[in-house]
Amino acid sequence: MRITPTYLFVLLCFGFLVYSFTIYIKPSQQIKTQQFDASIAAEGKLIWQKYNCQSCHQLYGLGGYLGPDLTNVYSRKNETIIKGIIGSGVRSMPAFQIPDDEFTKLLEFLKQADASGNADYRNYNVLPNGMIEMQ
Amino acid sequence: MNGTSQIGKLFLTLALTLLLVGLTFGVLASFVYINPNFLKDTLGFVALRPLHVSLVTFWIIIGANGGVMSALQILYPNKLSNKLATTQLLLWLIAIVGVMSSYFHKDFGGREYWEFNPIWALPIALAWVLYLVNFFRVIKTAEKWPVYVWMWMSGGLFFMFTFLENYLWVFPYFREHFVTDMTIQWKVNGSLVGSWNQLLYGTAFFIMDKISGDNKVGYSKLAFGMYFLGLFNLMFNWGHHIYTLPTESYIRYIGYGVSMTEWIFFARILFSWKQSVSDIKKHYHYFPYRFIMASDFWVFANMGQAIIMSIPALNLYTHGTHVTVAHAMGTTIGINTMILLAACFVFLKSDCITYNKPTRLLNTTFWLMQGGLLLFWLALNIAGIKKGIWQNSAHQIEYHQLMKQLIPYFTLFSIAGIILLITLFITGGVLLYHFIRCTNQSIKNQPVFTAQKSTTI
Repeated sequence: MRITPTYLFVLLCFGFLVYSFTIYIKPSQQIKTQQFDASIAAEGKLIWQKYNCQSCHQLYGLGGYLGPDLTNVYSRKNETIIKGIIGSGVRSMPAFQIPDDEFTKLLEFLKQADASGNADYRNYNVLPNGMIEMQ
Repeated sequence: MNGTSQIGKLFLTLALTLLLVGLTFGVLASFVYINPNFLKDTLGFVALRPLHVSLVTFWIIIGANGGVMSALQILYPNKLSNKLATTQLLLWLIAIVGVMSSYFHKDFGGREYWEFNPIWALPIALAWVLYLVNFFRVIKTAEKWPVYVWMWMSGGLFFMFTFLENYLWVFPYFREHFVTDMTIQWKVNGSLVGSWNQLLYGTAFFIMDKISGDNKVGYSKLAFGMYFLGLFNLMFNWGHHIYTLPTESYIRYIGYGVSMTEWIFFARILFSWKQSVSDIKKHYHYFPYRFIMASDFWVFANMGQAIIMSIPALNLYTHGTHVTVAHAMGTTIGINTMILLAACFVFLKSDCITYNKPTRLLNTTFWLMQGGLLLFWLALNIAGIKKGIWQNSAHQIEYHQLMKQLIPYFTLFSIAGIILLITLFITGGVLLYHFIRCTNQSIKNQPVFTAQKSTTI
């Protein structure tokens, strides 16, 4: 069979769609955890976006570069300190007046991020094939 | 004056204006790295950064639209629908006003790079649908597509798909699963960039095809091989963004494996360097070619950097650092912007102004721009390497202490940003000035490439 550009294009698109939908169905296979409330955390993500926290902060090294990575901030600092920093601001970070209900949701989102894993690069092992793996 | 012949130009000039405004916000945002209190109580970094990012992203997307439409007008004259293209332009204008107003009022809500209130994604999506309808109306009658038409088609379709995918987070089903949500976010980011690269590389291929006068290259097996390799990477290489995210291993391995196929692009650039040097000598005095030549250099530098960053063991030292910013800005300015400026010089010319030979001002500005970009890229890379060492060191100082230590590199980055701002203002200003002057004179357009035979002698 002669491989034409159309044939190759359709084949690649099919592979791409299969790959995409394999990822889309992942949440349905997730086992529920007791560590956080996923529906409140999902609302918290909207608060994270509403105040554009991602502009300066990262999660797993993805996001802005002005402030520190916040993946594990929930286990590193306590809730009072997190609330204090958000409410009073620090260096280039302005003070955010976040209502209590929004703060609760944001905190649940940070709790969910923290429970998902560890973003400290020093905890990774390098495998012989060049891939990295959390210790 | 024929409306359809002008519409591509209108897209390009709108895009150019957005670039100049977006760059201004970028330079202002860079000052925050040096002085944390800069504009803190007014716009703040939280609005300056998205203003910069969204406007320069729109420069690339709208400019890519303008480049494709201008090229289609040459390939298939009078086939584009002026009504559809004008409606598309109006939708873009609505979106731009909405997005800017959203940022000025700090009415955020979207994901990183698309932080505006999501309502403004609607006119963008609609504009893209109209663009696709117009594009397919034109090319459906064409018998055998050259490779650049395939690239435009792929870029257009995949932009639409990934742009919609970018808003899956509005459904709690996706948002409730933190890791999947972030996986999709970076799947989208990788493929979106790949999509606009297809649009832009297609336009660069079209311009080179016309400059060289060799139409067979656009149908060669090698050209199609490179196109499919690019498309394959657009679809599957994005996993290299999320090696540290605790997602499934197969996603990370696919990203790693597919990214390594970029060595083929790299090897091709190395093997064809002699041909490139000879081409540069031949076309050096044709000014638009200068920007294609610059984009080739930046492809080489940024692809080398990208391949290194795609090796997970090395990615540990570059991920989340300014090396990533250097790569992102090196590609958007060095590759995307250079191709788009070449497109502006080719498509915005008329018999009122040809840009075949550069003036002293444009020539000097061009080299200052490249020097400024090199300084910009190096300053960010050094700051990034220092941060990479910090994030892997056993005894870390506090984050704010690290940022203080990096201020000299951020100062260099800001100075380089100012150089880029000035040189792009001059270049863009010349293009806009002549476009307005020539439009006012209403001189009848002639085919764009008629004067270029002289450059191939």
